[in-house]
Amino acid sequence: MIASRVRFAGLAAFLLVGATACGAAPTTAAPSASTSGGGSAAGTDARTAASAADFGGLDKLVEAAKKEGKLHVIALPPDWANYGKIIEAFTAKYGIAIESETPDAASADEINALKTRKGQDRAPDVVDVSQSFAISGAAEGLFTPYKVQTWDKIPDNQKEPSGLWFNDYGGYVSIGCDAKKIATCPESFADLLKPEYKGKVAMNGNPTQSGSAFAGVYAAALANGGSFDDIQPGLDFFKKLKAAGNFNPVETTPATIEKGETQISIDWDYNNAAYAPKMAGKGLDWKTVIPSDGKYFQLYAQAINKDAPHPAAARLWQEFLYSPEGQNLYLGGFARPVLLPAMKADGTVDKTAEANLPPVEGEPTFPTEAQTAKAKEVLTGGWSAAVAG
Amino acid sequence: MTTDAGTAVRDGGRTRPTGWTAALPLLVFVALAFGIPVVALLFGAFTVRDPATKVSAFTTANMTESLRGNYLATLLGSVKLSAVVAVLGAVLGTFLAQAVVTSRFRALRESVLTASGVLANFGGVPLAFVWVGTLGNSGVITNVFGLGDAGWSLYNFWGLALVYMYFSVPLMVLVVVPALDGLKPQWREAAGNSGATAWQYWRHVGIPVLVPSLLGGVVLLFGGAFAAYATAKAMVGSTVPLVTLQIADALTGDVLIGHENIALALSLDMIVVAGLVMAVYLPLQKRSSRWLR
Repeated sequence: MIASRVRFAGLAAFLLVGATACGAAPTTAAPSASTSGGGSAAGTDARTAASAADFGGLDKLVEAAKKEGKLHVIALPPDWANYGKIIEAFTAKYGIAIESETPDAASADEINALKTRKGQDRAPDVVDVSQSFAISGAAEGLFTPYKVQTWDKIPDNQKEPSGLWFNDYGGYVSIGCDAKKIATCPESFADLLKPEYKGKVAMNGNPTQSGSAFAGVYAAALANGGSFDDIQPGLDFFKKLKAAGNFNPVETTPATIEKGETQISIDWDYNNAAYAPKMAGKGLDWKTVIPSDGKYFQLYAQAINKDAPHPAAARLWQEFLYSPEGQNLYLGGFARPVLLPAMKADGTVDKTAEANLPPVEGEPTFPTEAQTAKAKEVLTGGWSAAVAG
Repeated sequence: MTTDAGTAVRDGGRTRPTGWTAALPLLVFVALAFGIPVVALLFGAFTVRDPATKVSAFTTANMTESLRGNYLATLLGSVKLSAVVAVLGAVLGTFLAQAVVTSRFRALRESVLTASGVLANFGGVPLAFVWVGTLGNSGVITNVFGLGDAGWSLYNFWGLALVYMYFSVPLMVLVVVPALDGLKPQWREAAGNSGATAWQYWRHVGIPVLVPSLLGGVVLLFGGAFAAYATAKAMVGSTVPLVTLQIADALTGDVLIGHENIALALSLDMIVVAGLVMAVYLPLQKRSSRWLR
């Protein structure tokens, strides 16, 4: 989720990490024998319930969640994949208050919060992390398995078989461009090298930190003869972009777009697409295209904290996110929900929202975790060498 | 006769506390606020934790990793930038301060000092955006003078050094003005009466007296630039390799997993570099500070 989350991260996230690291020793707050844990009406323990059926049905889950009355979430920016509206809708529907903490935090901060606040009442109940962090978090035993009612419709390659994590929404790497200032907007990675885009091509963060920028390098690799096994052509591409003077190191934010400092930006399509209506009011014409030569699709994942202070509410939140209502809300924020193919098939998709998505042809493919890990290693070693100077 | 500190105090018949007890609260504070993080940092820098088995083992792997390849490049990049900023900032700051001190206009002196106090504390993201808005790719001055076509770019090493000077020079002015005030006019007159040239006066009197303050300023500027983070993050991203940005990448983000201990090792490297700078500064400072008594 990082991209936007890292934006201000600058100081904020750094201090946050510092503070939690330093604060950990003296403030190991007393494990709250809190409110929550309690059994539901059916006598099941919400902490171990692995599906709504374990509660005795969705109604009983709602009942148990309402009794807890609260849900603690972290790293959900209101303007990211429509989370602002999703939180509103959930609260309106179930009357459960959501405490949204540090919206701009990154996946690493989320995992850190799970670890450092183990057993505390203010620990996040659920996390929304990039897939690698979902996998490593599951390996570290931080999550608890849960299968939402629509579980069977989630494609097998988008979920952990026991339900420790499951992907929620994602998007394609895209190129955003201010058509008011740029005569011809680029439509491929190859276009970005044209001299007319001198000093203009920015990214939403730094690829050794931001998920969207990392994906941008991966997509550039695919566009330049690389593969999921070989991200080096992506690094070479950015080296060329830098040598051509086209690479703009300023990290894209709505503010830099509005100012015209980042007139072309490589970012998730749901970010770029979501900027358009906002920027239209400010006299910009922000266009989003999925590059024709490098298509890279990636999803984020949901997981429930093993020691969630509000275990029933955490499970209800998942049921809500994976219901047609929740999935369509993601879609309303220009993100592509994981159940989109299933919902298209059964006709529950919000057709207007779907029509707003930047068009893309072909079916997405995904790198394996091993391929991603190797790509990250190559990137960490080579990125600053590629763009330094 | 035995004369340890304790008896000496009693012999004197005075109840003066023996030095360090008065400093005890400070020492305790330092031990807690500085010691605990350092111990945690040392421990983390020299351990690796297997994510699956959750077993920690002592190792020098993190330190080795932090001192080669890309990580070494960022560390050297930070040292280079800090050294350039420290030396240039000190020189410019000293000349500016000298101009202000010798000026006959009281108001000039006051306004420069006040402005320095404000500007020395101006940093972070706001500073970066001020420069981006002024001299960035679509900055006001860049556009008006067409600097972009002339090859100007703010987003490189020298651009960042320039922005760092913005708060470093005023800081140097603040540090060095009291020392310049301390140069007694009589010394200059005495040197002049003895037939010394201006150069000889500065060479043998002025500069030796100023050395502790100048060195102190250089160390301060070096430290400020070495630790700076938010300005660089907002302005140049990863195009200027800096160790602070590298630490942030390893600690927080959506990409790197399990690099936390390398971040701690990099922090330890930073402490060592800062220690080395201090190690050069302290003896020199001691040697020349007797002039200021």
